[in-house]
Amino acid sequence: MIPTHHPSDDYLIAYAAGSLEEPLSLVVATHLALCPRCRKEVERLEALGGVLLEDEAAAETATDERALDSVLSRLDAPAPIAPGPIAPGPIATGPIATAPKPRQAAPGDLRVPAPLRDYLGGGLEQLDWKAHKGFDEAELLSDAPGFRTRLMRIKSGTAMPAHTHRGNELTLVLTGGFSDEHGHFLRGDLAEADASVKHQPIADPGEDCICLAVTDAPLRLTGPVGRLLNPFLRI
Amino acid sequence: MLNALATEARPGVVPAKAALVIRPRQEIQRLMRAEASERAAEQTPEELIAAVAEQRDREAFIGLFRLFAPRIKAYLMRQGADPASAEDLVQDVMLTVWHRAGQFDRRKAAVSTWIFTIARNRRIDTLRRIRRPEFDPEDPALVREPETAPDAHVEASERSKRLHEAVATLPKEQESLLRLVYFEDKSHSVIAEELGLPLGTVKSRLRLAMAKLRAALETLE
Repeated sequence: MIPTHHPSDDYLIAYAAGSLEEPLSLVVATHLALCPRCRKEVERLEALGGVLLEDEAAAETATDERALDSVLSRLDAPAPIAPGPIAPGPIATGPIATAPKPRQAAPGDLRVPAPLRDYLGGGLEQLDWKAHKGFDEAELLSDAPGFRTRLMRIKSGTAMPAHTHRGNELTLVLTGGFSDEHGHFLRGDLAEADASVKHQPIADPGEDCICLAVTDAPLRLTGPVGRLLNPFLRI
Repeated sequence: MLNALATEARPGVVPAKAALVIRPRQEIQRLMRAEASERAAEQTPEELIAAVAEQRDREAFIGLFRLFAPRIKAYLMRQGADPASAEDLVQDVMLTVWHRAGQFDRRKAAVSTWIFTIARNRRIDTLRRIRRPEFDPEDPALVREPETAPDAHVEASERSKRLHEAVATLPKEQESLLRLVYFEDKSHSVIAEELGLPLGTVKSRLRLAMAKLRAALETLE
Protein backbone atom coordinates (compact mmCIF):
# COMPACT_ATOMS: atom_id res chain seq x y z
CA MET A 1 0.00 0.00 0.00
CA ILE A 2 1.47 3.33 -1.08
CA PRO A 3 0.64 6.35 1.11
CA THR A 4 -1.51 9.14 -0.31
CA HIS A 5 -0.79 11.87 2.26
CA HIS A 6 2.80 13.12 2.07
CA PRO A 7 4.98 15.65 3.90
CA SER A 8 4.96 19.06 2.25
CA ASP A 9 7.91 20.17 0.13
CA ASP A 10 9.51 22.26 2.81
CA TYR A 11 9.88 19.29 5.19
CA LEU A 12 11.39 17.15 2.44
CA ILE A 13 13.73 19.95 1.38
CA ALA A 14 14.89 20.57 4.95
CA TYR A 15 15.41 16.83 5.38
CA ALA A 16 17.49 16.57 2.20
CA ALA A 17 19.42 19.71 3.08
CA GLY A 18 20.15 18.33 6.53
CA SER A 19 18.62 21.19 8.50
CA LEU A 20 15.62 19.40 9.98
CA GLU A 21 15.60 18.80 13.74
CA GLU A 22 15.87 15.22 14.89
CA PRO A 23 12.22 14.60 15.92
CA LEU A 24 10.96 15.92 12.58
CA SER A 25 13.64 13.99 10.72
CA LEU A 26 12.45 10.88 12.52
CA VAL A 27 8.88 11.32 11.25
CA VAL A 28 10.02 12.17 7.73
CA ALA A 29 12.51 9.28 7.53
CA THR A 30 9.93 6.80 8.86
CA HIS A 31 7.47 8.05 6.26
CA LEU A 32 10.21 7.54 3.63
CA ALA A 33 10.53 3.90 4.67
CA LEU A 34 6.85 3.50 3.81
CA CYS A 35 6.69 5.77 0.76
CA PRO A 36 8.62 5.08 -2.47
CA ARG A 37 7.28 8.31 -3.98
CA CYS A 38 8.87 10.49 -1.32
CA ARG A 39 12.09 8.45 -1.39
CA LYS A 40 12.38 9.36 -5.03
CA GLU A 41 11.59 12.96 -4.23
CA VAL A 42 14.35 13.06 -1.63
CA GLU A 43 16.76 11.54 -4.17
CA ARG A 44 15.93 14.45 -6.45
CA LEU A 45 16.37 16.94 -3.64
CA GLU A 46 19.75 15.45 -2.82
CA ALA A 47 20.66 15.73 -6.49
CA LEU A 48 19.70 19.38 -6.21
CA GLY A 49 22.04 19.67 -3.23
CA GLY A 50 24.81 18.22 -5.38
CA VAL A 51 24.05 20.65 -8.18
CA LEU A 52 24.14 23.60 -5.78
CA LEU A 53 27.38 22.27 -4.31
CA GLU A 54 28.94 22.09 -7.78
CA ASP A 55 27.85 25.65 -8.38
CA GLU A 56 29.04 26.75 -5.01
CA ALA A 57 31.57 29.45 -5.50
CA ALA A 58 33.65 28.25 -8.39
CA ALA A 59 35.35 31.54 -7.53
CA GLU A 60 36.18 30.41 -3.99
CA THR A 61 39.57 29.39 -2.74
CA ALA A 62 41.73 27.44 -5.15
CA THR A 63 42.74 23.97 -4.03
CA ASP A 64 44.75 24.08 -0.91
CA GLU A 65 47.84 22.08 -1.92
CA ARG A 66 48.75 21.32 1.67
CA ALA A 67 45.35 19.78 2.26
CA LEU A 68 45.75 17.73 -0.90
CA ASP A 69 49.18 16.50 0.22
CA SER A 70 47.81 15.62 3.61
CA VAL A 71 44.99 13.58 2.11
CA LEU A 72 47.29 11.88 -0.42
CA SER A 73 49.63 10.83 2.35
CA ARG A 74 46.74 9.15 4.15
CA LEU A 75 45.22 7.26 1.24
CA ASP A 76 47.08 4.05 2.02
CA ALA A 77 46.21 4.01 5.69
CA PRO A 78 43.43 1.58 6.50
CA ALA A 79 39.96 3.04 6.14
CA PRO A 80 38.95 4.74 9.36
CA ILE A 81 36.02 3.35 11.26
CA ALA A 82 33.01 4.30 9.19
CA PRO A 83 31.71 7.68 10.30
CA GLY A 84 28.65 6.90 12.37
CA PRO A 85 26.45 5.24 13.26
CA ILE A 86 25.94 7.25 16.38
CA ALA A 87 23.76 4.78 18.18
CA PRO A 88 20.93 4.27 17.65
CA GLY A 89 20.91 6.12 14.34
CA PRO A 90 21.71 4.34 11.12
CA ILE A 91 24.90 4.68 9.09
CA ALA A 92 25.78 8.30 8.70
CA THR A 93 26.75 8.57 5.07
CA GLY A 94 23.39 8.30 3.44
CA PRO A 95 21.55 5.44 1.86
CA ILE A 96 23.76 5.61 -1.20
CA ALA A 97 26.93 5.21 0.77
CA THR A 98 25.59 2.77 3.31
CA ALA A 99 27.66 -0.37 3.62
CA PRO A 100 25.62 -3.55 3.58
CA LYS A 101 24.73 -4.33 7.13
CA PRO A 102 24.44 -7.85 8.46
CA ARG A 103 20.74 -8.62 8.70
CA GLN A 104 19.42 -9.73 12.00
CA ALA A 105 17.76 -13.12 11.88
CA ALA A 106 14.62 -11.69 13.41
CA PRO A 107 13.68 -8.43 11.71
CA GLY A 108 11.65 -7.39 14.71
CA ASP A 109 8.25 -5.82 14.54
CA LEU A 110 7.49 -5.20 10.86
CA ARG A 111 4.81 -2.71 11.81
CA VAL A 112 7.60 -0.37 12.81
CA PRO A 113 10.16 0.33 10.08
CA ALA A 114 13.64 1.70 10.63
CA PRO A 115 14.62 4.30 11.71
CA LEU A 116 11.74 4.47 14.22
CA ARG A 117 12.44 0.90 15.33
CA ASP A 118 15.86 1.99 16.59
CA TYR A 119 14.22 4.50 18.89
CA LEU A 120 11.85 2.07 20.60
CA GLY A 121 14.42 0.06 22.49
CA GLY A 122 12.39 -3.10 22.00
CA GLY A 123 8.95 -3.61 20.50
CA LEU A 124 5.81 -1.54 20.66
CA GLU A 125 4.63 -3.61 23.60
CA GLN A 126 7.71 -2.86 25.68
CA LEU A 127 7.10 0.88 25.66
CA ASP A 128 6.05 2.73 28.73
CA TRP A 129 2.45 3.37 27.62
CA LYS A 130 0.42 5.82 29.65
CA ALA A 131 -3.32 5.27 29.51
CA HIS A 132 -5.73 8.11 28.81
CA LYS A 133 -9.41 7.99 28.01
CA GLY A 134 -9.66 6.35 24.60
CA PHE A 135 -5.97 6.36 23.84
CA ASP A 136 -2.53 5.55 25.21
CA GLU A 137 0.68 7.41 24.63
CA ALA A 138 4.37 6.70 25.02
CA GLU A 139 7.00 9.37 24.95
CA LEU A 140 10.11 9.10 22.79
CA LEU A 141 13.11 11.36 22.35
CA SER A 142 12.36 13.24 25.53
CA ASP A 143 15.76 14.92 25.28
CA ALA A 144 14.90 16.98 22.18
CA PRO A 145 14.14 20.50 23.41
CA GLY A 146 11.10 22.24 21.99
CA PHE A 147 9.44 19.07 20.71
CA ARG A 148 7.18 16.37 21.99
CA THR A 149 7.61 13.06 20.23
CA ARG A 150 5.14 10.37 21.06
CA LEU A 151 3.55 7.19 19.90
CA MET A 152 -0.23 7.37 20.26
CA ARG A 153 -2.44 4.32 20.31
CA ILE A 154 -6.08 5.13 19.69
CA LYS A 155 -8.53 2.32 20.39
CA SER A 156 -10.22 1.17 17.23
CA GLY A 157 -13.45 3.02 16.58
CA THR A 158 -12.94 5.68 19.25
CA ALA A 159 -12.51 9.43 18.98
CA MET A 160 -9.69 11.47 20.44
CA PRO A 161 -10.66 14.63 22.31
CA ALA A 162 -10.98 17.56 19.87
CA HIS A 163 -7.92 19.75 20.00
CA THR A 164 -5.98 22.51 18.31
CA HIS A 165 -2.25 23.03 18.41
CA ARG A 166 -0.09 25.84 19.60
CA GLY A 167 2.50 24.88 17.04
CA ASN A 168 2.75 22.35 14.26
CA GLU A 169 1.95 18.70 14.50
CA LEU A 170 3.07 15.89 12.23
CA THR A 171 1.28 12.58 12.63
CA LEU A 172 2.38 9.42 10.84
CA VAL A 173 0.09 6.39 10.85
CA LEU A 174 1.78 3.06 11.56
CA THR A 175 -1.18 0.72 12.07
CA GLY A 176 -4.91 1.02 11.48
CA GLY A 177 -6.14 4.37 10.34
CA PHE A 178 -8.01 7.48 11.40
CA SER A 179 -10.27 10.11 9.91
CA ASP A 180 -10.67 13.73 10.78
CA GLU A 181 -12.04 16.83 9.11
CA HIS A 182 -9.16 16.74 6.63
CA GLY A 183 -9.25 13.21 5.36
CA HIS A 184 -8.71 9.57 5.95
CA PHE A 185 -5.22 8.49 6.96
CA LEU A 186 -3.83 4.98 6.67
CA ARG A 187 -0.46 3.32 7.27
CA GLY A 188 2.34 5.52 5.97
CA ASP A 189 0.13 8.58 5.60
CA LEU A 190 1.37 11.75 7.17
CA ALA A 191 -1.01 14.39 8.51
CA GLU A 192 0.18 17.94 8.99
CA ALA A 193 -1.66 20.32 11.27
CA ASP A 194 -0.80 23.84 12.34
CA ALA A 195 -2.25 26.25 14.84
CA SER A 196 -5.24 26.98 12.60
CA VAL A 197 -6.41 23.38 12.57
CA LYS A 198 -8.94 22.11 15.03
CA HIS A 199 -9.51 18.44 14.66
CA GLN A 200 -10.91 15.36 16.28
CA PRO A 201 -9.33 12.21 14.93
CA ILE A 202 -11.50 9.09 15.00
CA ALA A 203 -9.76 5.73 14.73
CA ASP A 204 -11.02 3.31 12.12
CA PRO A 205 -12.87 0.29 13.43
CA GLY A 206 -11.07 -3.03 13.35
CA GLU A 207 -7.50 -2.32 14.43
CA ASP A 208 -6.04 0.06 16.98
CA CYS A 209 -4.47 3.07 15.31
CA ILE A 210 -0.85 3.59 16.30
CA CYS A 211 0.70 6.86 15.18
CA LEU A 212 3.99 8.63 15.60
CA ALA A 213 3.22 12.24 16.48
CA VAL A 214 5.61 15.15 16.81
CA THR A 215 4.49 18.57 17.99
CA ASP A 216 6.67 21.59 18.38
CA ALA A 217 4.43 22.95 21.14
CA PRO A 218 1.90 21.35 23.50
CA LEU A 219 -1.59 20.76 22.12
CA ARG A 220 -4.53 22.80 23.31
CA LEU A 221 -7.76 21.01 24.06
CA THR A 222 -11.03 22.52 22.85
CA GLY A 223 -14.61 21.63 23.64
CA PRO A 224 -16.21 21.66 27.09
CA VAL A 225 -14.63 18.48 28.40
CA GLY A 226 -11.34 19.27 26.77
CA ARG A 227 -11.25 22.71 28.36
CA LEU A 228 -11.91 21.11 31.68
CA LEU A 229 -9.12 18.63 31.19
CA ASN A 230 -6.68 21.14 29.78
CA PRO A 231 -4.80 21.92 32.98
CA PHE A 232 -4.42 18.25 33.80
CA LEU A 233 -3.98 16.52 30.51
CA ARG A 234 -1.48 17.51 27.92
CA ILE A 235 -2.29 15.48 24.86
CA MET B 1 51.67 24.51 -28.94
CA LEU B 2 50.20 23.50 -32.26
CA ASN B 3 47.96 26.48 -32.08
CA ALA B 4 50.89 28.76 -31.44
CA LEU B 5 52.73 27.39 -34.48
CA ALA B 6 49.67 27.80 -36.63
CA THR B 7 49.40 31.37 -35.52
CA GLU B 8 53.03 31.92 -36.29
CA ALA B 9 52.61 30.58 -39.80
CA ARG B 10 49.81 32.89 -40.58
CA PRO B 11 51.15 36.01 -42.25
CA GLY B 12 50.53 39.33 -40.66
CA VAL B 13 49.80 37.91 -37.22
CA VAL B 14 52.34 38.58 -34.54
CA PRO B 15 53.06 35.28 -32.82
CA ALA B 16 52.39 35.08 -29.13
CA LYS B 17 55.72 35.81 -27.59
CA ALA B 18 55.32 33.43 -24.71
CA ALA B 19 55.21 30.46 -27.05
CA LEU B 20 58.74 31.14 -28.26
CA VAL B 21 60.66 31.77 -25.07
CA ILE B 22 62.37 28.93 -23.29
CA ARG B 23 60.53 28.45 -20.03
CA PRO B 24 62.19 27.90 -16.69
CA ARG B 25 61.81 24.46 -15.14
CA GLN B 26 59.28 25.58 -12.57
CA GLU B 27 57.11 26.97 -15.27
CA ILE B 28 57.23 23.68 -17.16
CA GLN B 29 56.25 21.78 -14.04
CA ARG B 30 53.38 24.14 -13.49
CA LEU B 31 52.24 23.58 -17.05
CA MET B 32 52.49 19.82 -16.66
CA ARG B 33 50.34 19.92 -13.57
CA ALA B 34 47.90 22.13 -15.37
CA GLU B 35 47.78 19.63 -18.23
CA ALA B 36 47.22 16.83 -15.75
CA SER B 37 44.26 18.62 -14.31
CA GLU B 38 43.08 19.41 -17.81
CA ARG B 39 43.04 15.71 -18.52
CA ALA B 40 41.10 15.26 -15.33
CA ALA B 41 38.78 18.01 -16.46
CA GLU B 42 38.14 16.17 -19.71
CA GLN B 43 36.81 13.21 -17.80
CA THR B 44 33.47 13.35 -16.10
CA PRO B 45 33.40 12.99 -12.33
CA GLU B 46 31.70 9.64 -12.96
CA GLU B 47 34.72 8.44 -14.97
CA LEU B 48 37.12 9.77 -12.37
CA ILE B 49 35.36 7.97 -9.56
CA ALA B 50 35.24 4.75 -11.57
CA ALA B 51 39.02 5.02 -12.04
CA VAL B 52 39.42 5.54 -8.31
CA ALA B 53 37.19 2.57 -7.52
CA GLU B 54 38.61 0.15 -10.07
CA GLN B 55 42.27 1.13 -10.39
CA ARG B 56 42.83 3.13 -7.20
CA ASP B 57 43.90 5.87 -9.63
CA ARG B 58 45.52 8.72 -7.70
CA GLU B 59 45.53 11.12 -10.63
CA ALA B 60 41.80 10.68 -10.93
CA PHE B 61 41.44 11.22 -7.18
CA ILE B 62 43.44 14.44 -7.44
CA GLY B 63 41.04 15.52 -10.17
CA LEU B 64 38.08 14.89 -7.88
CA PHE B 65 39.83 16.65 -5.04
CA ARG B 66 40.48 19.76 -7.10
CA LEU B 67 36.91 19.77 -8.28
CA PHE B 68 35.14 19.21 -4.98
CA ALA B 69 37.39 20.10 -2.05
CA PRO B 70 37.14 23.91 -2.43
CA ARG B 71 33.38 23.63 -2.85
CA ILE B 72 32.90 21.38 0.15
CA LYS B 73 34.97 23.82 2.16
CA ALA B 74 32.88 26.77 1.05
CA TYR B 75 29.73 24.76 1.85
CA LEU B 76 30.96 23.93 5.36
CA MET B 77 32.03 27.48 6.08
CA ARG B 78 28.65 28.81 5.07
CA GLN B 79 27.22 26.36 7.59
CA GLY B 80 29.22 28.10 10.27
CA ALA B 81 32.35 25.94 10.46
CA ASP B 82 35.55 27.81 11.24
CA PRO B 83 38.31 27.44 8.62
CA ALA B 84 40.28 24.87 10.60
CA SER B 85 37.42 22.50 11.27
CA ALA B 86 36.09 23.00 7.75
CA GLU B 87 39.52 21.95 6.48
CA ASP B 88 39.53 18.83 8.67
CA LEU B 89 36.06 17.91 7.51
CA VAL B 90 36.95 18.41 3.85
CA GLN B 91 39.85 16.00 4.23
CA ASP B 92 37.56 13.59 6.01
CA VAL B 93 34.98 13.74 3.26
CA MET B 94 37.59 13.27 0.52
CA LEU B 95 39.12 10.28 2.34
CA THR B 96 35.63 8.79 2.57
CA VAL B 97 35.29 9.31 -1.18
CA TRP B 98 38.57 7.42 -1.70
CA HIS B 99 37.62 4.54 0.57
CA ARG B 100 34.02 4.16 -0.52
CA ALA B 101 34.36 4.88 -4.23
CA GLY B 102 33.44 1.22 -4.82
CA GLN B 103 30.02 1.82 -3.29
CA PHE B 104 29.18 4.68 -5.61
CA ASP B 105 26.39 3.67 -7.98
CA ARG B 106 26.14 5.91 -11.03
CA ARG B 107 22.65 4.65 -11.83
CA LYS B 108 21.40 5.97 -8.50
CA ALA B 109 23.19 9.27 -8.16
CA ALA B 110 25.50 11.75 -9.78
CA VAL B 111 28.93 12.09 -8.16
CA SER B 112 27.98 15.56 -6.95
CA THR B 113 24.89 14.11 -5.27
CA TRP B 114 26.88 11.40 -3.57
CA ILE B 115 29.55 13.78 -2.33
CA PHE B 116 26.90 16.24 -1.18
CA THR B 117 25.26 13.56 0.98
CA ILE B 118 28.60 12.53 2.47
CA ALA B 119 29.48 16.15 3.28
CA ARG B 120 26.00 16.83 4.65
CA ASN B 121 26.08 13.81 6.93
CA ARG B 122 29.61 14.45 8.19
CA ARG B 123 28.55 18.02 8.92
CA ILE B 124 25.53 16.90 10.92
CA ASP B 125 27.61 14.37 12.89
CA THR B 126 30.45 16.70 13.61
CA LEU B 127 29.13 20.23 13.70
CA ARG B 128 25.58 19.74 14.88
CA ARG B 129 26.23 16.65 16.99
CA ILE B 130 22.74 15.38 16.49
CA ARG B 131 21.44 12.30 14.78
CA ARG B 132 19.88 12.28 11.38
CA PRO B 133 17.48 9.35 11.28
CA GLU B 134 17.53 7.57 7.92
CA PHE B 135 15.52 4.75 6.46
CA ASP B 136 17.36 1.51 5.86
CA PRO B 137 17.19 0.37 2.21
CA GLU B 138 17.62 -3.25 3.39
CA ASP B 139 14.82 -3.06 5.94
CA PRO B 140 12.29 -5.87 5.36
CA ALA B 141 9.61 -3.42 6.53
CA LEU B 142 10.46 -0.99 3.71
CA VAL B 143 7.56 -0.47 1.31
CA ARG B 144 8.82 -0.85 -2.25
CA GLU B 145 7.57 0.55 -5.51
CA PRO B 146 5.33 -1.96 -7.32
CA GLU B 147 7.04 -1.35 -10.67
CA THR B 148 10.35 0.07 -11.86
CA ALA B 149 11.00 3.66 -11.04
CA PRO B 150 10.35 5.91 -14.06
CA ASP B 151 13.71 7.63 -13.48
CA ALA B 152 15.63 4.39 -13.70
CA HIS B 153 16.41 4.47 -17.41
CA VAL B 154 17.98 7.94 -17.34
CA GLU B 155 21.57 8.38 -16.20
CA ALA B 156 21.67 10.08 -12.84
CA SER B 157 24.33 12.48 -14.13
CA GLU B 158 22.01 13.44 -16.98
CA ARG B 159 19.28 14.28 -14.47
CA SER B 160 21.74 16.38 -12.51
CA LYS B 161 22.77 18.19 -15.65
CA ARG B 162 19.14 18.95 -16.40
CA LEU B 163 18.60 20.15 -12.85
CA HIS B 164 21.63 22.37 -13.17
CA GLU B 165 20.22 24.02 -16.27
CA ALA B 166 16.84 24.40 -14.63
CA VAL B 167 18.32 26.04 -11.52
CA ALA B 168 20.00 28.57 -13.80
CA THR B 169 16.61 29.60 -15.24
CA LEU B 170 14.94 30.15 -11.86
CA PRO B 171 14.10 33.71 -10.86
CA LYS B 172 16.91 35.10 -8.74
CA GLU B 173 14.79 35.22 -5.58
CA GLN B 174 13.95 31.52 -5.85
CA GLU B 175 17.48 30.48 -6.63
CA SER B 176 19.02 32.39 -3.75
CA LEU B 177 16.35 31.07 -1.41
CA LEU B 178 17.27 27.51 -2.41
CA ARG B 179 20.89 28.25 -1.63
CA LEU B 180 19.97 29.68 1.76
CA VAL B 181 17.88 26.64 2.57
CA TYR B 182 20.53 24.16 1.50
CA PHE B 183 23.58 25.91 2.80
CA GLU B 184 22.80 27.90 5.89
CA ASP B 185 21.47 25.28 8.26
CA LYS B 186 18.55 27.42 9.35
CA SER B 187 14.92 26.52 9.71
CA HIS B 188 12.58 28.03 7.16
CA SER B 189 11.03 30.26 9.79
CA VAL B 190 14.44 31.68 10.73
CA ILE B 191 15.18 32.30 7.05
CA ALA B 192 11.81 34.02 6.66
CA GLU B 193 12.56 36.24 9.63
CA GLU B 194 15.97 37.19 8.29
CA LEU B 195 14.59 37.99 4.86
CA GLY B 196 11.75 39.96 6.41
CA LEU B 197 9.21 37.78 4.62
CA PRO B 198 6.19 35.93 5.93
CA LEU B 199 6.88 32.21 6.36
CA GLY B 200 4.12 31.50 3.85
CA THR B 201 5.99 33.47 1.17
CA VAL B 202 9.16 31.49 1.79
CA LYS B 203 7.23 28.25 1.54
CA SER B 204 5.40 29.26 -1.61
CA ARG B 205 8.64 30.41 -3.27
CA LEU B 206 10.18 27.06 -2.48
CA ARG B 207 7.13 25.30 -3.85
CA LEU B 208 7.30 27.33 -7.06
CA ALA B 209 10.99 26.58 -7.47
CA MET B 210 10.41 22.89 -6.88
CA ALA B 211 7.55 22.79 -9.37
CA LYS B 212 9.84 24.20 -12.06
CA LEU B 213 12.67 21.83 -11.26
CA ARG B 214 10.30 18.90 -11.24
CA ALA B 215 8.89 19.93 -14.60
CA ALA B 216 12.42 20.10 -16.02
CA LEU B 217 13.12 16.57 -14.81
CA GLU B 218 9.87 15.23 -16.11
CA THR B 219 10.79 16.09 -19.69
CA LEU B 220 13.48 13.43 -19.27
CA GLU B 221 11.10 10.68 -18.25
